[in-house]
Amino acid sequence: MIQVDNDRCDFCGTCVGVCPENCMNLGAAYLEIEEDICTSCSYCVLICPVKALEIYEG
Amino acid sequence: MRGNQKYDIIVVGGGPAGSLAAHTAAEAGISVLLLEKDPEIGCPVRCAEAIGEDVLQEFFPQDFGQHWISASIKRFKFVAPDGTEIYPRVDIRGYVLDRKHFDADLAARAAKSGAAIKTGANVTGLLFDGGKVSGVKCQIDGSETEIKGQVIIAADGVESRLGRWAGISTSVALRDMESCYQVTLGNLPVEQDMCVFYFSQTDFPGGYAWIFPKGEDRAHVGLGIAGNQIHGISPEERLNKFIERYLPGAPCLSVSIGGVPCANRPSRISGAGILLAGDAACQTNPISGGGIAGAMVGGRMAGQVAAEAVLKGNVSEKFLNRYEKMWDNRVGRNQRLYYKIKLAIQKLSDQDLNETARAIQRLPQKQQTLIKIFQTALKYKPALVLEVAKLFSPFSREA
Repeated sequence: MIQVDNDRCDFCGTCVGVCPENCMNLGAAYLEIEEDICTSCSYCVLICPVKALEIYEG
Repeated sequence: MRGNQKYDIIVVGGGPAGSLAAHTAAEAGISVLLLEKDPEIGCPVRCAEAIGEDVLQEFFPQDFGQHWISASIKRFKFVAPDGTEIYPRVDIRGYVLDRKHFDADLAARAAKSGAAIKTGANVTGLLFDGGKVSGVKCQIDGSETEIKGQVIIAADGVESRLGRWAGISTSVALRDMESCYQVTLGNLPVEQDMCVFYFSQTDFPGGYAWIFPKGEDRAHVGLGIAGNQIHGISPEERLNKFIERYLPGAPCLSVSIGGVPCANRPSRISGAGILLAGDAACQTNPISGGGIAGAMVGGRMAGQVAAEAVLKGNVSEKFLNRYEKMWDNRVGRNQRLYYKIKLAIQKLSDQDLNETARAIQRLPQKQQTLIKIFQTALKYKPALVLEVAKLFSPFSREA
């Protein structure tokens, strides 16, 4: 599963743009991942300009 | 949100694409609502803000705002991985904009033409009627609301979710998304009429670093890395290293983070009741990553087609499809070519780049044109040479 570090995240939407599952919801100051749709492909983790996303077993 | 819950056209996103779309449609005399998720239009700016003079002249021949300009650009410098510098001769002038004021003014102009604007309005889904997009679900002031529209213009930026909700595949391949980190530094001895580009497949793989003047003693210093080549060192970490090397100790005034799609446009940018514009439709120059001009051109076209559709009472998928043809005729065909050139440029190694720069340096200054540079750089790819020469610039006409 993917975890968002809200202190690092700038809500820029780059991860949302590469998400192949369209499972990331972005607001002006929140980013949430729909875990039942997410396949943990980790594209969002790889693309983040500031390492605000992490993949973890769970 | 009180009042009218039904508009002819709903535009989602208050960047240049959205505001130009709203302005164009409102001028045609139909009802338009522009929704922006952030509390303020023009903020935050996620952009290096460079644009060619010709596009601004085309769009604002009479009513150009001088306060939109942070710096006027007359010169370029390219820096090879080993530090070799070349000063290509270019006849293109450009600007580094102040997007905060530029975007706010474009939205204000749309409002003056009659468009309604709501900030702090986050679109969370689409409404459908018989398979056709017929409105948006929207969170405003913490409550969910539904707003009906005949045509939705999705100018929702790099995240481009509206298109996907409408069944259009807009997710960008990892290798085609530039992951960018930029700071604005102060107290710098930067030349305010020159944009500087640093190339290195080692330090900036699949992208480049830049120093763009931002007025007075300030400059944007940033870089973009292709999404499939980040290799565990984030753009933030790479930029910190770059600044340590070239501009140590300069005070940081602001940070700007974001992604730039450097791709072909999605296979569709229109659908039943919906048009996509700006970054949401990958309307960028895939080589430079410049996207303001493409957003303006695409936004205006989308507003024009949407208004025509409403006025003719025909918002069918077939009618709206003319937007794709318009885009392709003016920009899309070249965009496909630029994309191929981008892939070719990314194959140049640091050694290729260094040798090219040194070969160029030996030429008389008046021969150091973009054509000559890319003839040298791409000597093994002759078919691409002239095209590259014409197109490699953040100020090239179509983005």
